[in-house]
Amino acid sequence: MAHQKRVEPQLHAYLTSTTELAEQQAEAAALTLAEHPDSASPLCGIPMALKDVLCVQGVETTASSKVLAGFRPPYTATAVQRLFDAGAVCVGKTNCDEFAMGSSNENSAFGAAGNPWDVERVPGGSSGGSAATVGAGVVPYALGTDTGGSIRQPASLCGVVGFKPTYGRVSRYGLIAFASSLDQIGPLALSVEDCALVFAVIAGHDPRDSTSDPSPVEDPQPALGRGVDGLRLGVPREYFGAGIDAGVRGCVEDALHVLEAQGARLREVSLPSTEVALSTYYIIAPAECSSNLARYDGVRFGLREEQPSLTDMYLRTRAAGFGDEVKRRVMLGTYALSSGYYDAYYRQAQKVRTLIAAEFASVFESVDALVSPTSPTVAFTMGERDDPLSMYMCDVVTLPANLAGLPGISVPCGFIDSLPVGLQVLAPRFQDARVFQVANAYQRATDWHATRSPLADAAA
Amino acid sequence: MTQTAEAASSAVLARYEPVIGLEVHAQLLTRSKMFCGCSADYTAAAPNDNTCPVCLGLPGVLPVINRQAIEYAVRTALALECEIPSFTKFDRKNYFYPDLPKGYQISQYDLPLSLNGRLRFEVEGEPASCGITRVHLEEDTGTLHHAGDVLQSATSSLVDLNRCGVPLMEIVGEPDLRSAAAAHEYLVRLRQLLVYIGVNDGNLEKGSFRCDANISMRPRGASEYGVKVEIKNMNSFRAVRLALEYELERQVAVLDGGGALTQETRGWVEARRQTVSQRSKEYAHDYRYFPEPDLPPLRLDAEFVDRVRATLPELPAARAMRFHEQYQLSRYDAAVLTAAVEDADAFEGLVDAGVAAKTAANWLMGDVAALANEHKVPLHASGLGVEGLRRLLALVETGTINAPTAKELLGELYVSGGDAEALVRDRGLAQVSDEAQLAEAIDAAIAANPDAAADFRAGLEKALGRMVGHVMKATGNKAQPQLVNRMLRERLAR
Repeated sequence: MAHQKRVEPQLHAYLTSTTELAEQQAEAAALTLAEHPDSASPLCGIPMALKDVLCVQGVETTASSKVLAGFRPPYTATAVQRLFDAGAVCVGKTNCDEFAMGSSNENSAFGAAGNPWDVERVPGGSSGGSAATVGAGVVPYALGTDTGGSIRQPASLCGVVGFKPTYGRVSRYGLIAFASSLDQIGPLALSVEDCALVFAVIAGHDPRDSTSDPSPVEDPQPALGRGVDGLRLGVPREYFGAGIDAGVRGCVEDALHVLEAQGARLREVSLPSTEVALSTYYIIAPAECSSNLARYDGVRFGLREEQPSLTDMYLRTRAAGFGDEVKRRVMLGTYALSSGYYDAYYRQAQKVRTLIAAEFASVFESVDALVSPTSPTVAFTMGERDDPLSMYMCDVVTLPANLAGLPGISVPCGFIDSLPVGLQVLAPRFQDARVFQVANAYQRATDWHATRSPLADAAA
Repeated sequence: MTQTAEAASSAVLARYEPVIGLEVHAQLLTRSKMFCGCSADYTAAAPNDNTCPVCLGLPGVLPVINRQAIEYAVRTALALECEIPSFTKFDRKNYFYPDLPKGYQISQYDLPLSLNGRLRFEVEGEPASCGITRVHLEEDTGTLHHAGDVLQSATSSLVDLNRCGVPLMEIVGEPDLRSAAAAHEYLVRLRQLLVYIGVNDGNLEKGSFRCDANISMRPRGASEYGVKVEIKNMNSFRAVRLALEYELERQVAVLDGGGALTQETRGWVEARRQTVSQRSKEYAHDYRYFPEPDLPPLRLDAEFVDRVRATLPELPAARAMRFHEQYQLSRYDAAVLTAAVEDADAFEGLVDAGVAAKTAANWLMGDVAALANEHKVPLHASGLGVEGLRRLLALVETGTINAPTAKELLGELYVSGGDAEALVRDRGLAQVSDEAQLAEAIDAAIAANPDAAADFRAGLEKALGRMVGHVMKATGNKAQPQLVNRMLRERLAR
């Protein structure tokens, strides 16, 4: 926490420090470790941080939005509660793009977090604060959420490991929704093993989330040591195409050779629907968000702009409470669902989504996992991408996995001018262990993940 | 309706045909709300006490489907002869209002839980029926209390979310009804059915059973529908009938005057006995329905539907028919006795226990019905109960007490309960059926009514009644009436 204090002025990774909670949890953890050292979870007593879209009872939870400033939920998210029950020590709530909408953290209503490799650059988003604080060595892991790449892309930009589980594997209860059919909670950590440890604790059915899957969770531990010998890895042609920075492509190709050297068999595959995935995503996600964000109306909690009439109260509250990107998506989504446009946009997007999922399923008949870059570029400078479309391009190779509900990970695979590059691994639905298997095989053969950021070095 | 209004209305109906379809919203009698664990009985709690993060729509919470609500809706759909598709899903209906905390209502749009049903009833003795478009599930909203008449002009409004999330079933009827009377009958039968199968309490006043009506008029013989108007705010059967009658005359007046009707929503104002325009089509909401992503679609397999079907009681129409045939009751008596499931059960309970069907029917429809009405407590919930009535009637059957004594006891037992046999014993109410004991009272009655005795001897049968009354009075109503009758005849014939 001393380190947190030291780097925080530059990094701005936290919106709330939960010092008191951390002290209580640390004391309880110390007791557990003293009394039951053998049965204690490996996460017992380990500090961690939570993206500010995850509810913790009594702790201010804002989703980086003015509309929720001061909101203290009377409940704790299931995934968070499972970590708390395992003895986790929560040091704070991390910065993110408002309602998890963005790829640079610049959409936070409370100012962007910085990148631990260069604080003038973005940490990625939307789980930017979580990636930044792990990358800066403040906590060994943090939870983020991934709707279109919001765990994997910031992990890539901050040089850490970020895992998005299969949709339905981790309960969304207590996660402030952006797009319900795409959102998934997952860990960001310094290693694949750590991600697997956290995943094993948070995964599993929750009766409070009807979209959480009732099937048993495969223990990821055995897969970690399995290696990739004989594994068929697909290399999607479209994920290396236009828009992918040449340097990034080079790093990832080197990574593929490392995997090949481990015995993996590489095979080029094609996912032709990739070019429509972005537009499909930008219909479905805003449509769901326009509905999910309707509850921020000033009536019961959060911000209220008092007005003589109800309609004006609604309009002023939402105008003052939401940032530009949130408003843009609420408008896009409202439009896509409107009568007369529904068939052309929302219904069509759902059909394409089904097609994208079918395409993945078909490719996975001939390969065991897919490997690609995570982000088209390394971390860019704050303010550099000022038009929404170029920002949306950040997620072009991550968001198809959300549309199909696949598990995916980003692991560090090199540097360009001292800025980290990420390798993405995707696997079929509920093959989360396979993702860990491939990623850990790569990590054991390389030491990119062990390279410390300048801010992490400041800890020493 | 006054007679002149009736005459005017029949003149109108000679030229125009009303086309009416009803939409009913019925709260389900589940223990908990539609998507959370809060009680579905929201009336007892202080404002906003019967709530939780889920029904308050707080950020991050998720709905979980109430299984019992699905069963009740399927039970209703089966009772209404609906098809139950194997695949159904929930959708979000989006609109802003302070009684709707999430900014959307979870409802069902294009794939409802059931469709294509029928409700059969009678209008003025003639068999009639109305198609059921669909029965679907949704959640109720909260309630608003305005400091002022309506939200728009209120200086402040209070929001109570206790009702928010209560399971609500929407039953959409086809536009098959052709008169206000038919609409009224449809509604009465539908309410009866829902109460009968135990899914709804049928309370219009409290709003657990609510009705909106769509009505349009077309010239007799026309096949096209006219412009329809939706009527809301009717909270009694009478209001539905009055509102429809008012509206059909209003519409005809507009049409006859060469005017055009506008598609709109009108509210029934009870005090003024009028419908008043609330919202026209241009201001209709675009609800932006889309599939609820927080709830996976439901698959209702045949096994589940069959299991629900097995929970269906015999429905009122079928039961009335059986009562008519099996117990030789008149159609009218059979209909009255099957109107409420408890009454029908009481009747069959008495008959099964050996009470003659006609006797059971007479008691239930006569003295028992009067007491139920007087005390506003049905038999099964009264101090007497069905078993108490059975034991009381058994005393009559065995001749221990006579009918007048039983009637006297009935009123007392109905309110306070108690053991009929013990009362009879303690108060010495057993009837006198010993000729020797009655002989003196018989003679006294003849002596006290010489005129009646003479009249009877002269052939006037009814003159006997006065002497029977005298004996009954003298014996404190305990004499066995048939015996008194026979003994008087014997004495007077001498």
